[in-house]
Amino acid sequence: MITPEDVSYVARLARLQLSEEEQERMTRELSAVLGYVEHMNELELDGVEPTARVVDLVNVLREDTPRPSLPLEKALENAPDEADGGFGVPAAGS
Amino acid sequence: MRDLLNLTAAQAVAAIKIGEADASELHALYRERAGTESINSYVSVGDAVTPESVDAPLAGVPIAVKDLFCVEGIETRACSKILTGYIPPYTATAISKLQEAGASYLGKTNMDEFAMGSSNENSAFGAVRNPWDESRVPGGSSGGSAAAVAAGLAPWATGTDTGGSIRQPAAFCGLVGLKPTYGAISRYGMIAFASSLDQAGPITRDVTDAALMLKYMQGKDEMDSTSTGMNEDVATPSNESLAGKKFAIPAPIDWSGVQSGVKEVFDIACKRIEALGGELTEVPLPHADYALSAYYVIAPAEASANLSRFDGVRFGERAADPTGLTDMYERTRGEGFGPEVKRRIMLGTYALSSGYYDAYYNRAQQVRTKILEDYAAAFANCDFIITPTAPSVAFGIGEKIDDPLSMYLGDLFTVPVSLAGLPAISVPAGLATSDGSAAVEPDADGALPVGLQIVAPHFKENALLDAAYAFEKATDFADGPWTWSAS
Repeated sequence: MITPEDVSYVARLARLQLSEEEQERMTRELSAVLGYVEHMNELELDGVEPTARVVDLVNVLREDTPRPSLPLEKALENAPDEADGGFGVPAAGS
Repeated sequence: MRDLLNLTAAQAVAAIKIGEADASELHALYRERAGTESINSYVSVGDAVTPESVDAPLAGVPIAVKDLFCVEGIETRACSKILTGYIPPYTATAISKLQEAGASYLGKTNMDEFAMGSSNENSAFGAVRNPWDESRVPGGSSGGSAAAVAAGLAPWATGTDTGGSIRQPAAFCGLVGLKPTYGAISRYGMIAFASSLDQAGPITRDVTDAALMLKYMQGKDEMDSTSTGMNEDVATPSNESLAGKKFAIPAPIDWSGVQSGVKEVFDIACKRIEALGGELTEVPLPHADYALSAYYVIAPAEASANLSRFDGVRFGERAADPTGLTDMYERTRGEGFGPEVKRRIMLGTYALSSGYYDAYYNRAQQVRTKILEDYAAAFANCDFIITPTAPSVAFGIGEKIDDPLSMYLGDLFTVPVSLAGLPAISVPAGLATSDGSAAVEPDADGALPVGLQIVAPHFKENALLDAAYAFEKATDFADGPWTWSAS
């Protein structure tokens, strides 16, 4: 059972502000969905390897040589704020 | 002159090549239609274009693009408020490959925000209406793409499928929707939802168009290390006999949650397959019942990680006047994401959090292993697995929006296939009454389409397309399911 405290804790982990109404709804909805997925506990899965990928892949590494990347002005073009050639953000400690 | 808007993409290519159709005129006609539509399937329409050459394989045929694909210079938002104003500096590989083959960009189609949803009601641009019945959803998340093609607003469109987001809207709109093998098409430039599941693919009027689009979208891409390309070239589907082909129905299927009209259409489809020489059989998929549970842990877990990049720092919207960095993150995300996205981020963060990882995420990936093993064993005894694509016909707008679990249960036939990364196609199989209670003839009032899902082993797309084509050719709607629409 998910409690309002669980929701508040997870929202903080997810860096997600929720209104009081959203927290109440989330408590209800998360309880329903997580209650449903408990269904998986019926299975005996000891020793079963978790899936990492569904098709075989060969990891081919490219040469470690420099190549052009996105120009600075392009990289910053979509930023809400720019400061001194970087992304502008408010101070972390305030 | 033929009615250009009634041509499938393959027919348009042929008509343009022999000078029977003009690519610029075709694009202009679709552009004009797309700019005046009323079902909210487009979020933006591109500029007029003049194709450079009619020699390219897809010369001048317009293509509608789901808003999940980045297109250089075109605002791309995955239909989310948080990405308002984002103009990508590059184009998704799947789209640039289609453009290199001569397809012209028509516009961006509406979708569930970040591809999360089965109804296309979770969009910052509002819900899309199903052209068959505008009070109903077109399915999701590629609902805008499906609705646009079904309404004759595009000859074809790209979609993406994570748990059924190409196949289910194709079924709800009477179209063909193909989810290729995971990795067959590059995910580069596709805004990520659940990286181990996301797969691009075509939504088209017929199977021939699905093969044509796949041919030019697929391929290994050095920008996506999980892309594999296909094991063989994609061929034009051939009307080969189904004689000797084994079509397996998973047994047992719990039909209790499936509308009786959907079951009836499926039974008719099975008889049709038999009449074509196919052999019906049954295969056990003992862990399929657990697939939805595993999916609704794995997909949100991957989503919570992928969507952590939307924090107001590098792109999109930022909350006004933040008091500090954490306040900026939390308010930007709280104001920018819609309810379904928040729900999945919360689910995923919970499943990955300390103390719950093994109980949820790791366990879900173990279930996935069992599902992969089930399919491998099943395909040792059959060529294809068949089910209805969705348990219901298109439901009403608003009908399930406050009941996420009920909405999630609608994915029960598509999700197991996604977890296994298998190729699958939804082809129109018939019509049912609007309440889903019975199969009906094409001229019945208020009839809604039902899809047949055919699943094949990894990288067996050509065999899958051949089977779907043979089925399509044997139906009453072989000349174009989109023309069933009563409106």
